[in-house]
Amino acid sequence: MSQGKARVAVVTFPGSLDDRDALRAVATMGGQPIPVWHAESDLDDAEAVILPGGFSYGDYLRTGAIARFARVMDAVGAFAEAGGPVLGICNGFQILCEAGLLPGALIRNRGLAFVCRWVTLRVERPLGRPGGEDRAAIIAAEGDLLGVPIKHGEGQFVAAADRLEEIEAGGRVAFRYCSASGEVDERFNPNGSAHNIAGVFNERGNVLGMMPHPEHAVDPDLGPTGGQAVLQWLLAAARARVPA
Amino acid sequence: MTREPLHRALGLTDDEHGAIVERLGREPNRSELAMYSVMWSEHCSYKSSKVHLRTLPTAGPQVLVGPGADAGVVDLGGGQACVFKMESHSHPSAVEPYQGAATGVGGIVRDVLSMGARPVALLDPLRFGPLDDARNRYLFSGVVAGIGGYGNCIGVPTVGGEVKFDASHASNPTIDVMCVGFAAVDALVPARAGKAGSVLVLIGAGTGRDGIGGVSVLASATLDEDAHESRPSVQIGDPFTEKLLIEACLELNRRGLIEGLKDLGGAGLTCAVSEAAAGAGLGADLDLDAVPRREEGMEPFEVLTSESQERMLAIVRPSHLNGVLDVCRKWGLSASPVARFVEGEALRVTGADGVIADVPARSLADEGPEYRRPARPPAWLEDLHGDDPAAAAFDGSMEDAFFAVLGSPNVAGKRWVFEQYDSLVQGATVAGPGGDAAVIRLEGSLKAIAVSADGNGRWCHLDPALGAAHAVAEAARNVATVGARPLAVTNCLNFGNPERPEVMWAFEETVRGMAEACRALGTPVTGGNVSFYNESAASAIRPTPIVGMVGMAEDYRLLVRAAFADAGLAIYVLGRTLPELGGSEFAEAVLGRVSGRPPVLDLAAEARLHELLQRAANEDVLAMAHDCSDGGLAIALAEAAIAGGVGVTASAPDGSMPPHLAWFSESASRAVVAARSGREGAFEVLAVTSGVPFTRIGTTGGSRLTFDGAFDVPLADAIAVFEGTIPRLMSGERVGA
Repeated sequence: MSQGKARVAVVTFPGSLDDRDALRAVATMGGQPIPVWHAESDLDDAEAVILPGGFSYGDYLRTGAIARFARVMDAVGAFAEAGGPVLGICNGFQILCEAGLLPGALIRNRGLAFVCRWVTLRVERPLGRPGGEDRAAIIAAEGDLLGVPIKHGEGQFVAAADRLEEIEAGGRVAFRYCSASGEVDERFNPNGSAHNIAGVFNERGNVLGMMPHPEHAVDPDLGPTGGQAVLQWLLAAARARVPA
Repeated sequence: MTREPLHRALGLTDDEHGAIVERLGREPNRSELAMYSVMWSEHCSYKSSKVHLRTLPTAGPQVLVGPGADAGVVDLGGGQACVFKMESHSHPSAVEPYQGAATGVGGIVRDVLSMGARPVALLDPLRFGPLDDARNRYLFSGVVAGIGGYGNCIGVPTVGGEVKFDASHASNPTIDVMCVGFAAVDALVPARAGKAGSVLVLIGAGTGRDGIGGVSVLASATLDEDAHESRPSVQIGDPFTEKLLIEACLELNRRGLIEGLKDLGGAGLTCAVSEAAAGAGLGADLDLDAVPRREEGMEPFEVLTSESQERMLAIVRPSHLNGVLDVCRKWGLSASPVARFVEGEALRVTGADGVIADVPARSLADEGPEYRRPARPPAWLEDLHGDDPAAAAFDGSMEDAFFAVLGSPNVAGKRWVFEQYDSLVQGATVAGPGGDAAVIRLEGSLKAIAVSADGNGRWCHLDPALGAAHAVAEAARNVATVGARPLAVTNCLNFGNPERPEVMWAFEETVRGMAEACRALGTPVTGGNVSFYNESAASAIRPTPIVGMVGMAEDYRLLVRAAFADAGLAIYVLGRTLPELGGSEFAEAVLGRVSGRPPVLDLAAEARLHELLQRAANEDVLAMAHDCSDGGLAIALAEAAIAGGVGVTASAPDGSMPPHLAWFSESASRAVVAARSGREGAFEVLAVTSGVPFTRIGTTGGSRLTFDGAFDVPLADAIAVFEGTIPRLMSGERVGA
């Protein structure tokens, strides 16, 4: 049914903006992109899901607060519950936090202004292929640096102190903002996120939320390609779910 | 004391009122008068400008749609077209910066959308008063936040523009916005569409009391000290609805459900319906009660002239009406059939109480007044021309002068601005803000467009015709610098009160200079916008024509960037450097004067330079290219070094010239380039065969800017000044709405 290509659903909510970019990035990286409308109740046999960036429902009320009630989110919740790989990018990350699929919350940037720039991320938790234990299974090792852009007004990751402790202790920090040479420091924190956190996993490790945009960093003609590793992780996790 | 007649209160002259009476054969009623007042306003009718605008070149093999439609269209080949237009939203922004700028973005996006194109890029040329004044900082930060707040939320990248500061723009900021879209040629929505029986469906937001008389009250009169009381005339933007409107309209067009599409902007429903009907050569019956309202108790004239945002009017064959309503429902948008085309020429507006207005549609849309206003050059110009800054002795420190020019807010880096804009969404931005031209690729193709928006206030102040020609030349040069072929122009002509002969003279001169340059460079004007009355009791703006240039490149992988990325590259300056400081950044920032004449402009030499830049890009012999303009050679080299993080050692092209002239002259038709390593000979052959003078002036490398005979400073210091100036001036300013 998958003909070798992982089927990746990209959900479009009213106000999603980077949905077409996510679909294009999935195709670029060798997956089969499946557009899914927010009002649908199933994910069209997808093997992975992307909640893309944008301003779903205009960010009215609170970022992601309305989108989490979209009909498709029941299916996304069930898919994640069953261990399916889910990637939330920017607004998608905000929606996953609102839906309780990821810990913490995203609030207004420390500088109070929208910020669009290329940043460097330090990989904190290795991105690997499921089931693989040798070096070849590692897509991005701890300490690897990824060049990706951010573009958000509300990307400051916050969580209660004990929650933060839990995230750190559980090794669930996916990426931290750092300098071009990998130094993690307040000076390289573009939005004031706690512990420079740019992305987090859920406890099980199948749901990843990140403010930076990997889908905008896969084509070498447009800039750095740090997003490739993230998309490769998603596709590898999806393939692991393809029935033999 | 008698009460002022209603037509005067609405901004119509006694003569204009007389013309309306003559056309109708009777006195217009209140609602009709309101409709004429908005449609015959300066903003909508171009009554002071159109006799001059007709002299602009508008035709060319590349032009698919010229002036008169909602936006211009040029052919990109292969069945693809580029749709583009620039407009101003200065008056609303002066009153309410965030919403004024935000709704300016919304309006221009709908112009491009009405041609059936997907909006793919925005550029914002902005002018403010000096940043040492708190009000100017408030306007600057509010406008930037408004552009970002709206553009970011609708998913159209803001990829360029420019920001400059001058005292004439204090309390009269100039806020222009340009939108570019892509469409398949056969999917373009015709500007004139529909038959008798076609239904006009109003899509999007409800109609409220916001923006009543925006075009007549705000945009067509001078702002006075009570301008803040005009706030109710400023529209309020809802970018989320705009995003839905974009997707819904594109889907309607894709499915072939619409005959035509009009946006609702200035003069609201009156403008959209009368222009649509006049365009189709028909009349229309408009049922005002069918218009969804946002508030109770609105008067008919309010519904007719409201400038509520995020509304479009689709012209639909009756058999497709249900299909249209279905698509709008999917996108969660209100859609209401409000009018129908009828034979004849009458626009008949009815409501519960019967006929509200009955006037010829054409008389509103096409028969507005036309004036050739008196024009006279200002008396002070002679004196300014007599004071040539290049003739003045300069014995100051070249290093201090360099940092003064580099740290001038006009020259300093605008990262503070463009990082507040999403420049990446849609995944087509090959080159974003900060370079000479932004580059957007066409999906599924190697083709790309290059876009630049330029103007030079000082030069237009000193010589409007030459200044406008320079604006065209620089915009085209920016496009050519990245390796693209300049195709066509949109413009925004921002001026003071046209009833003043000095302003009108500057306007006429501007159009004359622009026409000449556009002809010489083969880049016709496909449309644009005129904004008059940009003055307040305190000041009037300088003539501020802004040129938006679109060009095309066949292969975006060959585009050339404006950064020294490697050491050891040979640097050349192309073109001739003359001792020209009239109206220069050096003269203002260092000598404290804006005087003399702008640099001479040889349009044939300019065209040869563009040809060379394109050929060099296509043959892949350049590692870098950068336009040489504000601040001259010193700044062009410094900017490229800052952008790439690599230093420069260079000497002036003409060692006999005093250093401040050699390094800061703003002679036109120049660019700085670096050849690819090993391709110097190939480049020089190209330059010779192109007939462009060139001088090898230095080499990239190291971490200093070493300008022979002038100064030698650490690159890090230059970066600190270049990047630090705007943030320092804006520190402490609250960002956002």
